[in-house]
Amino acid sequence: MIVMKDVYKKYPNGVVAANGINVEIGRGEFVYVVGPSGAGKSTFIKMMYREESPTKGDIIIDGINLATLRSKRVPYLRRQIGVVFQDFKLLPKLNVYENVAFALEVIEESPKQIRKKVNDVLALVGLTQKARMFPNELSGGEQQRVSIARSIVNVPKVVIADEPTGNLDPDTSWEIMKIFEQINARGTTIVMATHNKEIVNTIRHRVIVVEGGLITRDEFEGVYGYES
Amino acid sequence: MKARTMGRHVRESLKSLGRNSWMTFASVSAVTVTLLLVGVFIVIMMNLNQLADNLENDVEIKVITDPAADAEAVKALGEQVRNTPGVSEVVHATKDEELETMIKSFGDELNLYKQSNPLGDALYVKATDPHKTAEVAKKIDSYDYTYQVVYGEGKIEKLFNVLNMSRNIGLVLILALLFTAMFLISNTIRLTIVARGREIEIMKLVGATNGFVRIPFVLEGIWLGVLGSIIPMVVISVSYYKLYTQWQPKLQNELFQLLNTTPFILQVNGLLLFMGVFIGVWGSFMSVRKFLRV
Repeated sequence: MIVMKDVYKKYPNGVVAANGINVEIGRGEFVYVVGPSGAGKSTFIKMMYREESPTKGDIIIDGINLATLRSKRVPYLRRQIGVVFQDFKLLPKLNVYENVAFALEVIEESPKQIRKKVNDVLALVGLTQKARMFPNELSGGEQQRVSIARSIVNVPKVVIADEPTGNLDPDTSWEIMKIFEQINARGTTIVMATHNKEIVNTIRHRVIVVEGGLITRDEFEGVYGYES
Repeated sequence: MKARTMGRHVRESLKSLGRNSWMTFASVSAVTVTLLLVGVFIVIMMNLNQLADNLENDVEIKVITDPAADAEAVKALGEQVRNTPGVSEVVHATKDEELETMIKSFGDELNLYKQSNPLGDALYVKATDPHKTAEVAKKIDSYDYTYQVVYGEGKIEKLFNVLNMSRNIGLVLILALLFTAMFLISNTIRLTIVARGREIEIMKLVGATNGFVRIPFVLEGIWLGVLGSIIPMVVISVSYYKLYTQWQPKLQNELFQLLNTTPFILQVNGLLLFMGVFIGVWGSFMSVRKFLRV
């Protein structure tokens, strides 16, 4: 599903965030990406949805090579991938329903389909009652659920989450994880960067550790394994 | 793009005007104020231009025929002048009419010349292009039976220079004002869009194409331009109409004539609307571009 081959990334300021990353993630896998701050975790994630481009190497997602993908095609790539952000990235002037529907409007889905899919996905994340509320009227956990709903409403093959529980309290974090588990159970590949040791050690999945721009450990059913 | 999507863009752009009401207000005010200035300036300049045209068109050549020439010869000369290239109009005044004019200007003492009129007939000639008056006059001067050809030599050149200069100054001022307007308005629009840079970034991250992001903003630019040009159009139309109906009758026989309300008001309104829309679209387009590189 996701293949990275000899991926290097050097920023204009000289920071090397990826120093020869090789990894393969299969269809339907659930992968944690962990590592200390500034180790290249975010870059690793951002390169998957082409917010950053590698300086060298190939990143292939579902057969599309992101390294050679023309910028005009990037929007079409992003429609295949759901992205969940630490800061939710909701459109502040759209309500919950509209925020989720937006991802479908972009692909010119019919209004009927939009209504059906948005209502289904809001039910899945438990926000049917709050569909007309605006992001600033919601708690952090609720906003993150909107963000997740938006990321999966297109039924993408991959969901990439960059510290989705980073801004949330422990209880809410567990709720969010339940939703991710449900999505994964439907066959969607999930790649999640996280600092949450408890989650990684409790809900066991593959763990990839990124340190100094390299993958230093890659274990199935792994543990967090270092002090953050 | 599907028609349905275009409908969505139109709806979104209208909603956005309401949701960003303060920014809308700021942009529309900027468009209103600058277009009002530009509009008033255009009205003044166009009317001054009209005055300049009238002054130019008022320039004529007076051909005094040889007093010795008989009626046949004068008629032939008149015909020859009329056929001269660059001549648009020839008015023939007999020597008696000329004397009457002189008596009117200089007083009744000249009445005694009625016994034996020493004047010749006169031809009042207008050139098709007033700037070629001197050329035409020179040509006519070479014909037989002309006694004197007068056209304000030296003075009309100065007049033309002054008129040309004032036209150019007017044009430069209008252009300068237009540029100022464009920058002022596009900057205001830019501010409104900068405030929404995050919004654009999010749209891009969920897979919106540049066109999809841009169209609602450009439409918003159009609405801002249209809304902003309403007040200037109304104010200028009403004021000019009032000015025209009040002043034009008093200017009946003057060189300075106000331009007719139609089509002038329509033209000015069309121009203002076009400028408003153009500036709105341009401002949005340029401002969004910066944020699309996500």
